[in-house]
Amino acid sequence: MLSPEEWEAVWLTLAVAARAVGFGLPVAVLTAWALTRYRFPGRTVLNALVHLPMVLPPVVTGWLLLVIFGIRGPIGSLLQDRFGIRLVFTTAGASLACAVMTFPIMVRSIRLALESIDRGLEQAACTLGAGWLDRLVTITLPLASPGILVGAIVGYATCLGEFGAVITFAANIPGQTQTLPLAIYAALQVPGGEAKAAELSMVSLTLALIGLLLSEWIGKRLNAILGR
Amino acid sequence: MNFSLSLRHRFPSIQMDIAFEVPSPGVTALFGPSGSGKSTVINAAAGLLRPDNCRIEVDGTVLADTRAGVWLPPEKRRVGLVFQDSRLFPHMSVATNLRYGMRRVAAGTVRFDEIVDLLGIGALLERRPHTLSGGERQRVAIGRALLAQPHLLLMDEPLASLDADRKAEILPFLTRLKTALRLPILYVTHDLDEVARLADSMVLISAGHVVGFGSLSEVAARADLPLAQRDDAAALLTCRVEENFSARALSRLQGGGATFLVPLLDLPVGSRCRVRIPAREVILAGKAPEAISLHNIVPGTVRRIVDDTVRRSAVVEIGLPDGGLLSRVTPDAVARLGLSPGQPVLALIKSTSIEVLGH
Repeated sequence: MLSPEEWEAVWLTLAVAARAVGFGLPVAVLTAWALTRYRFPGRTVLNALVHLPMVLPPVVTGWLLLVIFGIRGPIGSLLQDRFGIRLVFTTAGASLACAVMTFPIMVRSIRLALESIDRGLEQAACTLGAGWLDRLVTITLPLASPGILVGAIVGYATCLGEFGAVITFAANIPGQTQTLPLAIYAALQVPGGEAKAAELSMVSLTLALIGLLLSEWIGKRLNAILGR
Repeated sequence: MNFSLSLRHRFPSIQMDIAFEVPSPGVTALFGPSGSGKSTVINAAAGLLRPDNCRIEVDGTVLADTRAGVWLPPEKRRVGLVFQDSRLFPHMSVATNLRYGMRRVAAGTVRFDEIVDLLGIGALLERRPHTLSGGERQRVAIGRALLAQPHLLLMDEPLASLDADRKAEILPFLTRLKTALRLPILYVTHDLDEVARLADSMVLISAGHVVGFGSLSEVAARADLPLAQRDDAAALLTCRVEENFSARALSRLQGGGATFLVPLLDLPVGSRCRVRIPAREVILAGKAPEAISLHNIVPGTVRRIVDDTVRRSAVVEIGLPDGGLLSRVTPDAVARLGLSPGQPVLALIKSTSIEVLGH
């Protein structure tokens, strides 16, 4: 049904999204935790920064990534010179763009989960001799796990559809950075590519549906386990 | 072992200035109307709230001392806290909840099996908190706090969210705990019945200040404290069973330096119990009446007379050799008998009016 190149685009999309969520999620958890539990200087700025990719045109986010992580950018040049890592126009770069774009969605979902936890339970753990890290690991994170998992799945599903930031920062290179949406876009640029685009769109639609249903189901299951 | 606390804290609506020392072991009731600062005391002792100024010492260890710059975080205090809403961890079984604090301290004198047995929660160990009843949940919460081997146990209205039946179900467990464990317990409540059944001493607070402090019988029998102004004002005496007269269906109790006859008890001679003598059931007389159904004619001395203008009555405090009684009478009765402090008087109490609260 799908050609080898199309399969490649599907697998690449899944891999890029997995890396984006794999690296983005721990950072998102820590950010959400800091934003809900502590009042610190620069909290408002951090909060705004986190949400920026949600309101900026994706092209602008991609361009900002180029400026920062490009070969001559402050972080990009450092990575290139010290570690020989290049992000622009690479699969890793596509993952970075996806991670940045889905970060606000993940943080929001995790924050909601953290805010819904009864602070009294953390106080109780405190009086039972648990320090802050102990409380985070044994009480806060397990209780927030439905929100964290749902955030991860919705974030993953969103990654599968990232377009603007990815094409701007990582370009549209088949086999390297050409994820599903980019492949669909490329197919539509070629005369007679409509059939291919339709096929790929169906794959995209199926993946998105699976993601949403899965997050719903997992959220319910975990909440049942947690006794809610 | 003892527990002393002094704290000053300024809230927008109230200035708190509280200091007391609690003997150990034993249950001290912290009693007062809501908003009087009971929870502030508990939270400061647990380390969850930091007052402007405080000094807290348990068992010779300073937990907090503003002047010396000492402030131990809650997790380092070894102070157990039982919350009104139990706060069991929903993602853990009862057994894991019980062991949460236990796993975080060195082994102590409180044993898992002993506590499970004492609180009657052996059948619940594999259950999840959301499947428990309110009373069961609270028993597990008490066990969890005790297994963390605390040097002081704080209980913040532990029975307030339970209905009368659940309360009655838990109270015997608390009484058992009290005798089995040797640690100071500070028990916050606004239910006088819980105080009467559990407490040994009492700290009475009102609007952020300590207004009365001492042994329970002492505080309860003071006509000049807010407790005496309540409808359920009563003297509380610890008594010893002297003799059981099965033929007359009466028991003779000795307490507060006086003797009382009550309907026959199920308690053996020599055992201790606490009795409650409501102020409104105590009649005063100048001389002993004859041919009367009443059993108890107790001689005492008038210590104080406090007018209660709201109820158009007066509360008379009667001193006994080793305690006191309260009597609520009308101002007219005070005038007719010519009562004044220092004067001898007889307190007449029906044997059926004396409530025996158990041992």
